[in-house]
Order: sequence, then C-alpha cells, then structure tokens
Amino acid sequence: MSQSFEEISAQLKKRHRRSARMKWMTMGALILSAAFLVVFISDMVVRGWPAFQQAQIQVEVSYDEQSRKLPLAAVDKDVRPLISRGFFRPLPRKMENNPALMGTTQTQWVIADSRVDQYLKGNEDRLRPADKETLQALVEEGRAELKFNTTFFTTGDSKMPELAGIASAAIGTVMTMLVTMAVCFPIGVMTAVYLEEFAPDNKLTQIIEININNLAAVPSILFGLLGLAIYISFFGVPRSSPLVGGLTLALMTLPVIIISTRAALRSVPDSIRHAAFGVGCSRWQVVRDHVLPVSLPGILTGSIIGLAQAMGETAPLIIVGMVAFIPDASISITGASTVMPAQIFTWASEPNSAFAEKTAGGILVLLAVLIFLNALAVWLRNKFERRW
Amino acid sequence: MNDTTLQNFQTQQNQSLASGDAVRGQYSAATPDKGQPVTRNESVEENLSVRVRDLSLWYGEHQALDDISIDVFANTVTALIGPSGCGKSTFLRCLNRMNDLISSVRIKGLVEMDGRDVNARGMDEVALRRRVGMVFQKPNPFPKSIYENVAYAPRMHDMVSRKADQDELVERALRDAGLWNEVKDKLHEPGTSLSGGQQQRLCIARAIAVRPDVILMDEPTSALDPISTATIEDLMDKLKQDFTIVTVTHNMQQAARVADYTAFFHLGEMIEYNATKQMFANPHTKKAEDYITGRYG
Repeated sequence: MSQSFEEISAQLKKRHRRSARMKWMTMGALILSAAFLVVFISDMVVRGWPAFQQAQIQVEVSYDEQSRKLPLAAVDKDVRPLISRGFFRPLPRKMENNPALMGTTQTQWVIADSRVDQYLKGNEDRLRPADKETLQALVEEGRAELKFNTTFFTTGDSKMPELAGIASAAIGTVMTMLVTMAVCFPIGVMTAVYLEEFAPDNKLTQIIEININNLAAVPSILFGLLGLAIYISFFGVPRSSPLVGGLTLALMTLPVIIISTRAALRSVPDSIRHAAFGVGCSRWQVVRDHVLPVSLPGILTGSIIGLAQAMGETAPLIIVGMVAFIPDASISITGASTVMPAQIFTWASEPNSAFAEKTAGGILVLLAVLIFLNALAVWLRNKFERRW
Repeated sequence: MNDTTLQNFQTQQNQSLASGDAVRGQYSAATPDKGQPVTRNESVEENLSVRVRDLSLWYGEHQALDDISIDVFANTVTALIGPSGCGKSTFLRCLNRMNDLISSVRIKGLVEMDGRDVNARGMDEVALRRRVGMVFQKPNPFPKSIYENVAYAPRMHDMVSRKADQDELVERALRDAGLWNEVKDKLHEPGTSLSGGQQQRLCIARAIAVRPDVILMDEPTSALDPISTATIEDLMDKLKQDFTIVTVTHNMQQAARVADYTAFFHLGEMIEYNATKQMFANPHTKKAEDYITGRYG
C-alpha cells in the first residue's frame, strides 16, 4: 500500500502555499510597475495639459501710419502690457504685405503675455496691480480667456514662452528618423541576412556576433562621440544637422536591428528552407521568397522598436550639437535643427514656470508619438503574421 | 515494373550467385574495383538513372556512410530500409546534395547522373535539384497558397511564361498527385490549411511540377495516418511511370508493397541491395534477414 491521500495532501499543502505566495509576489510586481506608470503619466498629463492652452485677449488693433512706425501704438495703452511682445513685432511687416489693412481698426484675439497666461492658469502672479485690474475687467467682459494653443504645434522654440512650440523639433525628429531609418534598416537587415543565411559558422563570424551584441549595450553617449569624431571632424558633415544626428543614431540602432532581425530569421523553421532548396532555389531565392516574407513581422517589429528607442535619445545628440536653440524649422537635412527630446531638455533647464509646463507638454507629445509607433509595430505584426 | 530491367537484374543476380558471392548486395558486389563483373548490357545502361560508386560520407570525424555502391534504375521505386541512424536518409540527401547545407560534411566517391558526377566542381546544385526533386518526412508546404506552392518552382525555373500555361501546369501536377479534385475549388487558400495527408500530396505535386527525373522521398508517410499512407503508396506506384523514385522508409511492409528494389543499410554500410521480392522472400545476408524478420531494428 502506498501513501494515503491524507498523507499526500499534508505534503502538498506546503507546495500549494509556496505557489500561492509566488503568485502574489509576481502579481505585486506587476501592480507596483503599473502604479509607477499611472503616477508618471497622470503627473505628466496634469502638468502638461496647461501647455495645450494659451491665454488670449480680444483687443481692437488699429492699423495706421503710427502703429507702422511704433507697433506698440496699435492697441490701447492699458491693455498693452498684457499682450505678448511677439504679437507687436511682426505688425509692420504684416501691414506691408497686406496694404488693404492700412487705416482699418479690427477687433481680434491676440496672444497674451506669458505672465497673463500663468496668472489665468493660477500658477504664479507676476502682474502689476494696475494690469491685474485691467485683466480682471477683460475676463469679466469675456474678452480674455484660455483657448486651445495652436501656437504650441505650429512654431519653433522661442525665448518668449507664449510663442515657444514643438513644431520645429518635431520636423527635426521626423527628418532625423528618416535618415536613421534609411541608413540602418537596409544595412541592419542585410547584415543579419548575411550572418544568419550565408555566413559559415566559424571563429570570425562568432567574433562578429559577440561584438554586435556588445555594441547594443554600449552607452549611447559614446556613439555621440563617435559621430563627432567621424562624421563632423573627418567627413565634415554639418553639425546640428538632421544628417549628422540621424547617422549617429543609426550607429546606435544598427545593433538592435541586426539582433532582432537575426532572431526573426532564426525563428523561421528549417523545414521551409529545406523545401525551398529542394525545389532548386538558390540561396538568395530561399531568403527572398520564403524566409524574409515569413520573418517580416518580426523584422518590422524589432526595427520600429529600435527606431522608437533612437527617437527618445538625447545624449548622443548633445555631442553632435543638436541640443540647441532652434527657433525656425529647417526643411533641409543639412540645416541646423533639433529633435523633440532635445527640445524637452532645453525647456527643462529654463527657470520660468511657463517653460515647465511646456516641458511636460512636450513629453506628452513625445509619448503620444512613441505609443503610436509601438501600436504600429503591433499592428504590422498582426497584419503580416502567417502560420505554417 | 519495367520488364527489361527486371530481366537484366535477374541475369545479373544469377551470375553473381554463380560466383558464390552473395554476402554483399548484388550491385555493390558488381562494382569494378571489387573485381566483380559488371553487366555492360545496353538496356541496363539505358535504364540507369543514378549510379553511385564507393560513396563515403563523414560528419566531421564521424563516418556516416561507408563505401556505398548502388545503381538506381529509371522508372522504378527503390526503397532504402534499415534501423535508425543507419545512414539511409544521409544517403538519400547525397543524391540531390542536400548535405551541402551542413558545413561539416565531407564526401568521397562518385554519384553519377546522366554521365555527370553530381559532386564535381562544375555541377551546380541548383541544376541538380531541378532534376532531382525531394519530398520530406514532415509535410512542409510553403506558407503560401495551394496554387502558389505548385506554381512557384516552375516559374522560378522559367518553365512557364504565360498565365494560362502556368494554370495548366498547376492543374496537371495536382492531378498527377491525386489532389486536384480535393483542392480545385480552394486553390488560393493557404497550403497549410490542408490535412496532413493532403499537405504531403501537395508537396509531391510541388516536386513533380518541374518534371524532375528522380524524386527522393524521405519517409514520406511516417507522419501520416494509415489511409493517407495508402493513398501516397498508390500514388508512388502510378508516379513511377514518369519518374524514378527513391524512398526511405521505416515501414518494411511499405517497402514490400511499393518498392521494386530494396537496399538494406546498417551502421553506414549497405548490407544488401536486391529485388524487393527476393529481399523479403529470401535475403542473401543474415543481417538483412534478421532485420526483416524483426529480430532487431
């Protein structure tokens, strides 16, 4: 007679307790990290949300000879200090470009000064008492309020917080990423295909493999130094340009793409390769017609995640001069430019509280883009996934 | 079975028996360097598909094949039997150089097809595989549509240019593989959606679509149920009218049912090569007899 059920249950109790404990611990880890994420994102939303709003004031603007010479004269003296200097500066040119405006008086919503903006958002009060009274009156008349901030999405950086926007950094990011993708996607995939499908398994390829794995773990700032030494000093690529930034990030992303592509290629069962060789495919035909189509979702997912990582990178770009004050977006890949994380970094170092909300707003935009990219990766994987 | 071949085979066998040497199989014994007479019969030459002489193969240091000599006759089914690890699959892969994919493999000896050494420097393995098709143990259709599975190789080898020709070729291959009636209404569904037996017949259709001379089958029915197995066996019997079939099998009843000739491998050596009837009724070697009667293996 072997052990009775009672004896076995007594032993089992301990094992069941242990697995219950492990279950709670693993669940605890998940809850903890989820809590961190929730706290982080809600904090960013709370801080960054005001950046998407901007105080505007409805004033009467008189376009005449006097205001062409002295733009400040275009509006009433009392309201003048409440309005952004960024509104007055381009007035003369506006009148020159549009002569029909001359001699008219128009009622329009204009951007308020950042002190007004911060006061209305309840952040800090740096207005003079007299200005505050004028503002109170305007608010009661419904002629001063917080509106959706289109400026934030249409302009570049500015020393005036009410005029600072993420647009030029976003354009810089897009161009930098295009350069990175154009360089590292083909090179990375080709390298992985060679190593996985063509290369003999010998000492040399093993050394290459180890080095690629090590490169993926190298601190990103070193790639910045490499980019500075090679691209700027040796090849003379213009500094601060999306070209040099993109090439530098490509160095950093290359190992990630190679590793993920190799993993995707390796997950293709050998039976498919054998079938293809069996009908007389050359090696390249096996890869192009059979292995790559099956591994495409994995390759795309890995590449997009590598690019998303590069997109959030700031350190190597500091070295190649992309963390800079860039008011106007450059459309050329060799012009001075900045990227979104670098813009956030620049704003974060400003003491003004108006820039603090810009920082959080910029982070929200960057997060939204990254979430979009990751969702795209998931979608591509599901779309191209095949069964065999 | 091809009658002339059988007659030639019988003649040769009798000569060999007369010489009193029945320990090694008929055809390995008949190699010139072993001092045995080769019947230079014209019809044998004509019906010869693949000639293998003194083929040895090493995986690194491990010798997997030892001096194999065999003649494979056209339009016959030749079965390779033997216990696991005896080298029969390795031998099969020598015939279309699939062993090239393994970097540690070293080959010595002659595999001759159409008067050319397939391992020679000038021989392109792609050209060889165009003439020697292969069906694998586990059905492995491409992850593409049924139509594309069959049409892919002929298109790649520039056998068809017009869409109509391609359709016709796909239909013929699927008919020859006995699959047409089951799939004609769903040609554009994935090949992997078929049942195991259908997938294996799709793989056969894929192999015969390029009209090869020889089809190698590596335990084609070992992953299939008895009914699918019977279908494939019938198919092999029909296909030998147009093709030469070399099949590896673990199933001796299968060898007895479908094969015209049977070669028995053991530990990398070919022990006996004989007409199937002869092999199963009256094997010449003790080892083959022990294996066939189920004493080991």
